[in-house]
Amino acid sequence: MIEAIRSAMDVSMARDDNVVVFGEDVGYFGGVFRCTQGLQQKYGKSRCFDTPISELGIVGAAIGMAAYGLRPCVEVQFADYVYPAYDQIVSEAARLRYRSNGEFTCPIVVRMPTGGGIFGGQTHSQSPEALFTHVSGLKVVVPSNPVDAKGLLISSIEDPDPVIFLEPKRLYNGPFDGHHDRPVTPWSKHELGDVPDGHFNIALGKAAIRREGGDVTVLAYGTMVYVAQAACEEKGIDAEVIDLRTLLPLDLETIVASVKKTGRCVIVHEATLTSGFGAELAALVQEHCFYHLQAPIARVTGWDTPYPHAQEWDYFPGPARVGRALQDVMEG
Amino acid sequence: MAGGDGVLKFHVPEPEVRPGGTPDFSNVPIPKAGSVPRPPVDVDPRQIRDLAYSIIRVLNRDGEAVGEWAGTLTDEELAEGLKHMMTLRAFDTRMLTAQRQGKTSFYMQHMGEEAVSCAFRRALAPGDMNFPTYRQAGLLIAGGYPMVDMMNQIYSNEADPLKGRQLPVMYASKEHGFFSISGNLTTQFPQAVGWAMASAIKNDTRIAVGWVGDGATAESDFHAALVFASTYRAPVILNIVNNQWAISTFQGIARGGSGTFAARGLGFGIPALRVDGNDYLAVHAVAKWAVERARRNLGPTLVEYVTYRVGAHSTSDDPSAYRPKTESDAWPLGDPVIRLKNHLIARGLWSEERHKQAEAEVLDTVIAAQKEAEKHGTLHSGGKPSTRDMFEGVYETMPPHLRRQRQQAGV
Ligand SMILES: Cc1ncc(C[n+]2csc(CCOP(=O)(O)OP(=O)(O)O)c2C)c(N)n1
Ligand SMILES: [Mg+2]
Repeated sequence: MIEAIRSAMDVSMARDDNVVVFGEDVGYFGGVFRCTQGLQQKYGKSRCFDTPISELGIVGAAIGMAAYGLRPCVEVQFADYVYPAYDQIVSEAARLRYRSNGEFTCPIVVRMPTGGGIFGGQTHSQSPEALFTHVSGLKVVVPSNPVDAKGLLISSIEDPDPVIFLEPKRLYNGPFDGHHDRPVTPWSKHELGDVPDGHFNIALGKAAIRREGGDVTVLAYGTMVYVAQAACEEKGIDAEVIDLRTLLPLDLETIVASVKKTGRCVIVHEATLTSGFGAELAALVQEHCFYHLQAPIARVTGWDTPYPHAQEWDYFPGPARVGRALQDVMEG
Repeated sequence: MAGGDGVLKFHVPEPEVRPGGTPDFSNVPIPKAGSVPRPPVDVDPRQIRDLAYSIIRVLNRDGEAVGEWAGTLTDEELAEGLKHMMTLRAFDTRMLTAQRQGKTSFYMQHMGEEAVSCAFRRALAPGDMNFPTYRQAGLLIAGGYPMVDMMNQIYSNEADPLKGRQLPVMYASKEHGFFSISGNLTTQFPQAVGWAMASAIKNDTRIAVGWVGDGATAESDFHAALVFASTYRAPVILNIVNNQWAISTFQGIARGGSGTFAARGLGFGIPALRVDGNDYLAVHAVAKWAVERARRNLGPTLVEYVTYRVGAHSTSDDPSAYRPKTESDAWPLGDPVIRLKNHLIARGLWSEERHKQAEAEVLDTVIAAQKEAEKHGTLHSGGKPSTRDMFEGVYETMPPHLRRQRQQAGV
């Protein structure tokens, strides 16, 4: 998935001189996850460069560049480190178009690795997507595979508004279904690891059905798409797994059609439960599918604690917990 | 550069050398040991602005302690200081290996920077509080914190004082004046100032110390700390450990057009000193000066320690991708352990044989601590903190929603 993300930036930089890429360790080294490797060499230091360690500075500068007419695609080293930039994102990037009546706009992308599963402790594991979906004016994207990562990132860079692009770091090297004791499957063995060369778009706001089924709808994104699929297989449940891909704007149509068909809904995310994005999804499903529901909507999420180090797999909502929720919903 | 053609140019600083090149620090001016005068602690900050651009050094090339900053430590203290640095180095070596053996997930070493935290710790009094980064374990070692507890934390085992919740090396000990380390850079800097302000509000005698790396000075928290420290004349020492690198990013990216990191203090009217961070005696002398200023109600001091990160940033990093492999050999300030050792030998207090013997003793102590810690488990085997521990301590009293979740988890 790293190569796909890099390729999206490469393709975008080649097509449009206004695309610039920067962040901590992003220039010469190519990023701590190597997502920008080679870009400085290819496009020069004016197009891809290292920044001081100031997330506020990175996003603030990106907003200024966007106001000038550039299209910055910046990296925050880990989603856990985005908070110093939160004011710039919430009060500035998200509202610039509205408050200036379009006089100034903010076509920036803020990329950041998200989620756990790497024994990174509380400062390398968080999933802060709900802090962004709560903000009017932002778009929020979470790819789950290399093909989507490339197509969605190109669309995000070309988007006229600010996009928060969350990259599930546990998926960088292969699909991960939560079975941490099994060997990693590389992307080369997965059909969605075969990324087309060159330019292509995957539209923001379109979900993908990863597994068709008739008895229950599972709403997931990022790493949880694979966890959900594994749980359905293991429980032998005829579930439809929807990969949301974009949380905002949300593909409500696909969700509603599926839940109306299945009559049941399980929502899975790694972020904490309370006020998580699952709460928004549950509310929408309830509003739009109430008379089709045969069981209460269930949520399987990270617990409402900081992300622990040693207890990583007790915290992570793995296939066992998702499977149990699926069973409960089927029996309920 | 003023472009004569009227077209603006974008400037990005670059280090002198990259992999493949020959390391060269000839552009780093190194003043002679003993050449920088020691002003009285109540000096008007405006009269010592040049100290922010020089380097205070005590140990010369022959291992002699020279100049006005020399003489702050007794022979016994110096020998003990050497032992602290050797212990930290042996501790690092063992823990790096333990990480490679899969006994923990992650580790961060101090190689080359041992003098900074070990010598500084000596200048503090009981009750003072450090707000450290992840590269100041010398504060714990020199402060007598049990090594076994450090290892228990690194292993996230059943005896981990932090119950497996924190990434390895993110220690916390109030008793040992060591504030809980955050993974989020520079957040501790304004907190150190706040602790010091509280001590002044309460007419206490205790002082605080903030620590930050060269790279992390770029965060806004750094500037907030300086303005608060300056405004309230807080009894705090603000330490910048300039080890030349922030992961792959050389110090010039964070420093920008400022001649030195110490010089950042000048605009805030904070006395700012630069010191040879690989010189145990110089670090201690400067720490003592700054501590005395704080204790005497003269306000904050900013100190830049000029040193070099010899090892990788962390066990997740490989520096050969961004700097020449031999760069650390070319570093002009040498190795802190060897320099103190040579000083003790020059003084007739130490010998090569004693040193070898001490190395073996230190290693034995570290290995004994490691054996003890491993009885309580390592990250993936043996005793573990419980899943219950994961739910505890979010609040003082567990609210109903968490109790429900704990029940759901079946623990
Ligand atoms: C807010 C924040 N941004 C980014 C990071 C990632 N990060 C961890 S250490 C580091 C480099 C810090 O360098 P420096 O301050 O020079 O300290 P050193 O590691 O050299 O001791 C970075 C970028 C972080 N931990 N927190
Ligand atoms: Mg550094």
